[in-house]
Amino acid sequence: MTFSDRPTHLINDELSLHRRDLQTIQNMIPDGSRILDLGCGSGRLLKVLKQTKHASVTGVERDQNKILECATRGVPVIHTDLDTSLGLFSDHSYDYVILSRTLQAVRRPDLLLEEMLRIGRCGIISFMNFGHINARIQLVFGNMPVNRNLPRPWYDTPTIHPGTISDLRNLCRTLNIRILREIPLSAEGDFLPGLAGVLPNLFASNCIFIISKGDHPEGLSV
Amino acid sequence: MEDMNPINSVGIVTPQDFLFGATGEDALRLDCGKTLRNVTIRYETYGILSEKADNAILVEHALTGDAHLAGYHSETDKKPGWWDSMVGPGKPFDTNKYFIVCSNIIGGCSGSTGPRSIDPETGRRYNMNFPVLTIADMVRAQKHLMDHLGIRKWLAVAGGSMGGMLAIQWAISYPDSLRSVIAIATTSRISPQSIAFNWVGREAIMGDPGWNGGEYEEQPQRGLAIARMLAHITYLSDESMRKKFGRNLQDSKDYSFNFHKDFEIESYLDHQGTRFVERFDANSYLFITRAIDYFDIADYGDGDLTKAFSRIKAAFLVVSFSSDWLFPAYQSRELVKALLDNGLDTTYCNIESSYGHDAFLLETKSLGTLVSGFLTARHLEVVS
Repeated sequence: MTFSDRPTHLINDELSLHRRDLQTIQNMIPDGSRILDLGCGSGRLLKVLKQTKHASVTGVERDQNKILECATRGVPVIHTDLDTSLGLFSDHSYDYVILSRTLQAVRRPDLLLEEMLRIGRCGIISFMNFGHINARIQLVFGNMPVNRNLPRPWYDTPTIHPGTISDLRNLCRTLNIRILREIPLSAEGDFLPGLAGVLPNLFASNCIFIISKGDHPEGLSV
Repeated sequence: MEDMNPINSVGIVTPQDFLFGATGEDALRLDCGKTLRNVTIRYETYGILSEKADNAILVEHALTGDAHLAGYHSETDKKPGWWDSMVGPGKPFDTNKYFIVCSNIIGGCSGSTGPRSIDPETGRRYNMNFPVLTIADMVRAQKHLMDHLGIRKWLAVAGGSMGGMLAIQWAISYPDSLRSVIAIATTSRISPQSIAFNWVGREAIMGDPGWNGGEYEEQPQRGLAIARMLAHITYLSDESMRKKFGRNLQDSKDYSFNFHKDFEIESYLDHQGTRFVERFDANSYLFITRAIDYFDIADYGDGDLTKAFSRIKAAFLVVSFSSDWLFPAYQSRELVKALLDNGLDTTYCNIESSYGHDAFLLETKSLGTLVSGFLTARHLEVVS
């Protein structure tokens, strides 16, 4: 067994994020923030925020292999389940709580939104829009959408709650959560991407929501 | 040493002894109010201390461990040190980068001062006159060794099981003397279940007539072996026993219809007990398990674990194992919560394993990846 190949990964890690939603989130985070990333995966976003924004970061992940990747990147991460165990984090212990493409993968998205805003002052959500026209067209033909943005078939997708931008807006209203900002995003291959900002529920395949129980986006560059 | 791979072994190592406490002022002050004179600490080192002395890591051993962490004592040595899989060139505790120190705890029986040492006051063995120690006392003794070695700040203090308790205690006792803690398969406060097992183990030893109030020349073999067998069960898991032994019979094809060793698991435990008596002292077992019983970090925060960690600055790597029922994952999570409450840089992983508590010595691959990444990050903070 050899471990000698590990450290070089950590030193020469790339500092560019290939996903547009992550780039957008990276740009809005102010210097020196306290960031919690729920469902942080292998820790790429947090590593970038740690290095470029000098953020004090913590990830949460349930997959052991991804935890090991976080550790190899030098990203602090907590191995736990978002559905049951966020009691580990005390009230208002972070500035921003990030959920990138994770809200639709937990058992109770509504409870997770409440937890987010208990732990952080602001929540940043990257949301996959099942109301996007590509998805709607596939549904019209009688099948759950499988495309570039939603690559996995219905029986094998972590996205167990397919929802639309409009659905998330309604949920926030029900929970008395303010949406401070929506940033609709289009991806390569989207139909009429130029209309994403005009009719996001139909033309944005992804949308970033900034949510809070207060009135202000709390220092975010948005 | 025939299977020694010279590429990633530290090779031959020589244990060293550090002595302190010759004078009353230099004596080791203990939590019980007494002091200990003429203290010996047996230790080994691996790798090279950097000029700035910023690459030093202290590795803590578990209850019955010793200072022989890695490598071999001689050409004819059959087995390497107890964590050889993790310590060496290119391994997670990389001796090409770090200077690694491991010392036998005081109270032990593998070179450091313990109950079988000679009391300078009487010229006879301490035995049961040895002071009852705490984990904090063991750490205080190691601080003397640290000063002797010219190290001002450990890059990390790491350990599994009781070794993890020592590592956590370091952060509490000397928050400015370390950058990080690696706490594996451990707890910040001993549970009543663990105290219960320790109690029964000690009762087995002290109930053996051969123990003789601690004044023995030959070990109380039966009692010590029973204590070890009991403890060994707590290091395994239902699943690991099922996988390794099942209901397999040792020799015969049928039950013997008497009370000798029929099953493989019986034979295995008996072997573990017998071997233990050859290498570990009964009185040491009493004193060390007592120190473990008294371990409760919340004492430093008036019963509040979060408050106890309020002065700490260290980064933490906390690791538990899914099948460990001696120090279950909830105990690591309790520690993690206290660390997060204090805004400390914390990484936690509950490694999936069927090996029970012993997993900390066996799950080298996952554990190695975590340790390697964590240490590299700490090292980069120092050198950049």
